[in-house]
Amino acid sequence: MDSSRLSDAKIREKAKQIRLKSIEMVYTAKSGHPGGSLSIADVLATLYFREMKIDPANPVDPDRDMLVMSKGHASPALYATLSLRGYFPETLLPGFRKLPSKLEGHVHYGVPGVEASTGSLGQGLGIAVGMALASKLDGRKNRIYAIIGDGEIQEGSIWESFMAGSKYRLDNLTVFLDKNGVQLDGFTDDIMPMPMIPERVRSFGWNVVEIDGHSIPEISSSISKARECKDKPTLIYAKTVKGKGVSYMENNPKYHGNAPETEELYNQAIKELSTQ
Amino acid sequence: MIGKPESLRDAYGEELTRIGDADRDVVVLDADLSSSTKTSIFGKKFPERFFNMGISEQSMVATAAGLALSGKKVYASTFAVFLMRAYEQLRQSVCYNNVNAKFVVTHSGITVGEDGATHQIVEDVGIMSGLPNMSVIVPVDAPETRSVIRHLHDSTSTPFYVRLTREKFPVLNDADYEFKVGKSVTYRDGSDMSIIASGSMVSFSLEAAEQLKGKGIDARVINMSSIKPMDRDAVLKAARETGRIVTAEEHSIYNGLGSRVAEITSETYPVGVSRIGMRDTFGKSGRSWDLFDYFHMGVSDIVRISEEAFRKESSYENIS
Repeated sequence: MDSSRLSDAKIREKAKQIRLKSIEMVYTAKSGHPGGSLSIADVLATLYFREMKIDPANPVDPDRDMLVMSKGHASPALYATLSLRGYFPETLLPGFRKLPSKLEGHVHYGVPGVEASTGSLGQGLGIAVGMALASKLDGRKNRIYAIIGDGEIQEGSIWESFMAGSKYRLDNLTVFLDKNGVQLDGFTDDIMPMPMIPERVRSFGWNVVEIDGHSIPEISSSISKARECKDKPTLIYAKTVKGKGVSYMENNPKYHGNAPETEELYNQAIKELSTQ
Repeated sequence: MIGKPESLRDAYGEELTRIGDADRDVVVLDADLSSSTKTSIFGKKFPERFFNMGISEQSMVATAAGLALSGKKVYASTFAVFLMRAYEQLRQSVCYNNVNAKFVVTHSGITVGEDGATHQIVEDVGIMSGLPNMSVIVPVDAPETRSVIRHLHDSTSTPFYVRLTREKFPVLNDADYEFKVGKSVTYRDGSDMSIIASGSMVSFSLEAAEQLKGKGIDARVINMSSIKPMDRDAVLKAARETGRIVTAEEHSIYNGLGSRVAEITSETYPVGVSRIGMRDTFGKSGRSWDLFDYFHMGVSDIVRISEEAFRKESSYENIS
């Protein structure tokens, strides 16, 4: 095993930092999407601090692993991850959502480490399919990752891209589905019930792995399974908690797209996240 | 001057195959219409670099963006009307990321003919022109189509919308003609008035100019294939030197060539601009060339409206 491989405890510490930074950014901006940032923090920490082959000093290395954050509203979590990983200074994070910062409200290409602008749902998976095709054409061994939301898969374009991923046998493509059960207007089960997601995606010809999206060992082992799977892309169905780590945000649709309203709520969020 | 009709989409498929032969980074996508858009010519020669995405335009456009973000030179084709389904993918994945992807569409405008209104898109130039970073080209014939594809491949790395047609169009350019983005070509000089046209309407305008000559009106005819960016200098020169402009396009008079010409002149050198095109209406099934008369866009209409324009007493009613 790689001696530089971070322990689970250290990855958990990175995830905690991602969560803290996300809440700070959203509170400073007085807007943004905390819920889906908190739910995906463990996946991002595991990918960027353990699994992805990347070099922040050379963010355009053609052989780098690439990630498309298709649920582009999780920008706080991705920006926090990239800055903690060394792509840009953490001092830039408070500029989030403000002039003249590059840290746009939704994920912005041009921020070091970001591979594509996203924000309108249903497009990032297609972009990742294109990147995976390009990699295959060039005979590169890199891995392409995408993160999609469970509300996002209500977009028909996602299922178009599932078809394409399967047709072109993109075994270099690994997609995390952040199954946090909440979207802007409420619970996904109420807005648009979609039972049997793993079965549906499997029936589209994908390899599907189901995990606890907050378990670092499970995230890592699912990525290994994706690497081992030949001729099929992999969907990692990551069961998560929206707003994970902040009691009043957990499973609360209100915090899909709202910052903590008061200093008291902000301090409570920071306190709860700091003591985990 | 007006040569035999040749297919623009055949010219596209052949030129695409030529540039793909010389450059391994050229990749092509289609959405189940490759035998009509002629990307099939490329697909047969380079199957490993040709991706038929099925009837899934949104997936095609997003995948095109991903390929381009990974350094590929991407060409994606379908019928003009169906690409519009993926407007938001074009907006965000393509134009906002400002990637090197060219969308070369066929079967635009009313020359789709018998397939009828559902397939005859006459608002696409406006939709595409509104996108930041997107350029819009309407080639006039097969030689210009070949030159456009070569030029875009050699000299550009931003998104383009290239609007081709089902019908063959008369050849107006020599084989060695060289297209340049943002440049127009004056096919016929004239001092009394100017007809600025695009696509199918250019050869009609040349015929109209010949008839106008018989009526003592000396009309300039300009092929404005580069809709965005537009050749401002040529528009303003026409305004200053001829004082009166008629525009002619196989597209809505809203948000296309005519609108843009009127914007340029009214901001800098206001002259009368009469727009010929589809007047806020859908198309209709019929033989392609009959539809121009049906929608008052034929040669006789260009002659009539040009005469009125020349006499500065336009009775061509406005509909806004």
